[in-house]
Amino acid sequence: MARYSFDPFAYVTPPELLGAAGTDAPVIIIGAGPIGLAAAVDLATRGVASVILDDNNVVSVGSRAICWAKRTLEIFDRLGIADRMLAKGVTWKVGRVYRGDQEIYSFDLLPEDGHKFPAFINLQQYYVEQYLIERCADFPDLIDLRFKNKVVDVAQQDGHVTVRIETPDGIYQLHGQYLLSCDGASSQVRRQFGLEFDGRHFEERFLIADVEMEADFPSERWFWFTPNFHPGQSALLHKQPDNIYRIDLQLGPDANIEEEKKPENVIPRIEKIVGGRPFTLDWISIYSFNCRRIERFVHERVIFVGDSAHVVSPFGARGGNGGIHDVDNLCWKLAAIIRGEASVELLQSYDEERVHGADENIRNSSWTSRFMSPDGAVDMAFRNAVLGLAVDHPFARRLVNAGRLSLPCSQEASSLPSADVDLFDVPMRSGIACLDAPVMSAAGRDWLLRQLGDGFTLLIIGNALPQADREFSDDLVVIRVGAGGFADCEGKVEARYGRGVYLIRPDQHVAARWKDPDVEQVRAALRQTQKLILA
Amino acid sequence: MSLNIDFNMGADGDDLFNGLLAAHEGLSPSQSEQMNAALILLLMNHIGDAAVIRDAFDRARSTLDR
Repeated sequence: MARYSFDPFAYVTPPELLGAAGTDAPVIIIGAGPIGLAAAVDLATRGVASVILDDNNVVSVGSRAICWAKRTLEIFDRLGIADRMLAKGVTWKVGRVYRGDQEIYSFDLLPEDGHKFPAFINLQQYYVEQYLIERCADFPDLIDLRFKNKVVDVAQQDGHVTVRIETPDGIYQLHGQYLLSCDGASSQVRRQFGLEFDGRHFEERFLIADVEMEADFPSERWFWFTPNFHPGQSALLHKQPDNIYRIDLQLGPDANIEEEKKPENVIPRIEKIVGGRPFTLDWISIYSFNCRRIERFVHERVIFVGDSAHVVSPFGARGGNGGIHDVDNLCWKLAAIIRGEASVELLQSYDEERVHGADENIRNSSWTSRFMSPDGAVDMAFRNAVLGLAVDHPFARRLVNAGRLSLPCSQEASSLPSADVDLFDVPMRSGIACLDAPVMSAAGRDWLLRQLGDGFTLLIIGNALPQADREFSDDLVVIRVGAGGFADCEGKVEARYGRGVYLIRPDQHVAARWKDPDVEQVRAALRQTQKLILA
Repeated sequence: MSLNIDFNMGADGDDLFNGLLAAHEGLSPSQSEQMNAALILLLMNHIGDAAVIRDAFDRARSTLDR
């Protein structure tokens, strides 16, 4: 299998430096990682132009974010790259946890079928970036991707932002309406704004290595507490495409980084894990991590998205996924504001909802970190008690914390309308992301989520609101399942949603639902939504 | 349900208390700590009521203030 070739992208002299008119894109995005690129594509699908600035000219070297969760894949499906990701990625849903050499616990992340996407795929970040960059090329009039454009200064005044940019051909300025800081954990914009990351730093050091080898390991996540091959620490093995395996080894807080990175120290450790199979080292890195965030993500016209706003430990895959969830939440709002359809106040709900989401991710990843590297004798005693009990006591397996993997957070706490008017006895709730389910039309079998609109959607399951098409199709996408609309071919729409009417946000989260509303009830909810959105 | 702070061990109170001490006999302090951790987790799961358990955390901690 050929290794990934990190071909550089062409630097093009910016038109501004050639005396040409240059860009008038309303949105300036700093950082061409998965978050910045996804934001540009999301905005472009909503007709909003952006320019992306990146100081580098190559995709991420090293696999970095590899686990992409179901909800994230659903978002990437909306953005148009999920089928490629699914085709290339390693699909997995089973995780096994060992203590020493003994398996104490395994989990199945998606025990039910009837979803387009699996619980997780593993795919190196560089592939995701490549697919997004290629997707950007589908929007030549809306996405202006500029490599080797290093931002040296950001300022905002009187309703616009100004960015000073350094290139191989000199320095120039850009003006935009909004700036998205997608420049990662060591965000230069965040530093320039003097925004402090608040939260916890973990001293524990980890060695991360990608190795290439022929092996018949199943597509599962294997996690060891105190393995015999790495006494007293923890270890993780995870499969990626191209016969690449991710290995994560806990090294303790006092590990000497320079020593541990030396191949003569790394290789014997890996040999013990892979049991003598021949392998080659693809990438190694040593890290410790933080679980923290800035206080607010929206600073007038400068908006922090992804790792620039919040960072977590990698155990839980909540960094890359959490950042894409930020993009999903932000872009429809920003697009509506820029198109003049929504008040700038709508941005506050991004702040509110994604601070809430970041806190959930930080909380989960902090709990995992504390379980994996107990701080002091008491933490260690309880951790070991859980691991010891887990062998024979089913309850304790649920307390074993080797990573609580990314799930979309609920937005029930948001000030945007979210109402459960009637009681439903189904898995769906107001405030959560819509669950997928198979549907059938004359065109064939398809998926429910793919039918939802770019704007608000009214989803009607069963016979409720017969006049909905006439009443609402000017304002909303109206989708009907049953009663002449899509067939609920496996009964999973009704099983997951019940019969009734759902008002769904552009980010596929439920704003309100009823069992059998009249037109006026739905209008009132729409007005309530629009009062906030169209203030 | 709230945490029962009245006596609830029937006729076996002294027996159970001494049984707890006996279970620790011959253990080093760190082994005792390990056993206590397992014991707490077993009982916590058996109780299963978050409010009751949190109340117990608070009451146990506040004994240190006396």
